[in-house]
Amino acid sequence: MRENNMMIEFDSRSENEGFARVAVAAFVTLLNPTLEEIEDVKTAVSEAVTNSIIHGYGERVEKILLKAAIKENTIYLEITDYGCGIENIEKAMEPMYTTRPDLERSGMGFAFMEAFMDEIHIESEVNKGTTIYMNKKIMG
Amino acid sequence: MNQIFQIEGETLRIMVPKDLDHHNCISIREMADSIMMQENVREILFDFQNTEFMDSSGIGVIVGRYKNMKCLGGTVAAIHVNQRIKKIFLLSGLSKMIMIYEQEA
Repeated sequence: MRENNMMIEFDSRSENEGFARVAVAAFVTLLNPTLEEIEDVKTAVSEAVTNSIIHGYGERVEKILLKAAIKENTIYLEITDYGCGIENIEKAMEPMYTTRPDLERSGMGFAFMEAFMDEIHIESEVNKGTTIYMNKKIMG
Repeated sequence: MNQIFQIEGETLRIMVPKDLDHHNCISIREMADSIMMQENVREILFDFQNTEFMDSSGIGVIVGRYKNMKCLGGTVAAIHVNQRIKKIFLLSGLSKMIMIYEQEA
């Protein structure tokens, strides 16, 4: 398939979590994914967007930028917030680690992104924001 | 009390919505805890028959109820769990923590 790109920007409101994953699911459909592959991508998007809302912005309403690209048979995702950033990425990625146990966060967000996507890369700067890069080859 | 929360004897059945994400977890957590305070609940049963999507926020809300019930000497279980949700349960270790019923007793 030829390269194809999309980009959406939306408010960091929890009701947009569903919107973000459904938008990406519709886009990735162009690659004829299996149901399981769609669910994997939806879960990863949901985790990244939820992180931006809860941790990046601390539930303040700001903007989240979601970019998706299809190249060959692979879906590439970029999810960016301009929030507080992550001080210690290694720590943040540890399963069960959370800075918000008060909100009953399970600390499994990054573990799920890693489990459901092929690759994940995080760029973050304190007080500047965070971008999550993920990709997954769609076998169909 | 509404259709999402059903009291059956000492069991509180929570009809999990179509999507169990951070957005939907907030109200489930608050309602479940308030019902637990008012009623004599010994078991919380998460019923996934209408659920198509769940992410790690769902794990958080189930583990949270598990901790609360454990304090009260009660239990947490899940029922009507589809393959996808089962995968999430396995990956998170939740399947070792709570009972998963295949069908109604």
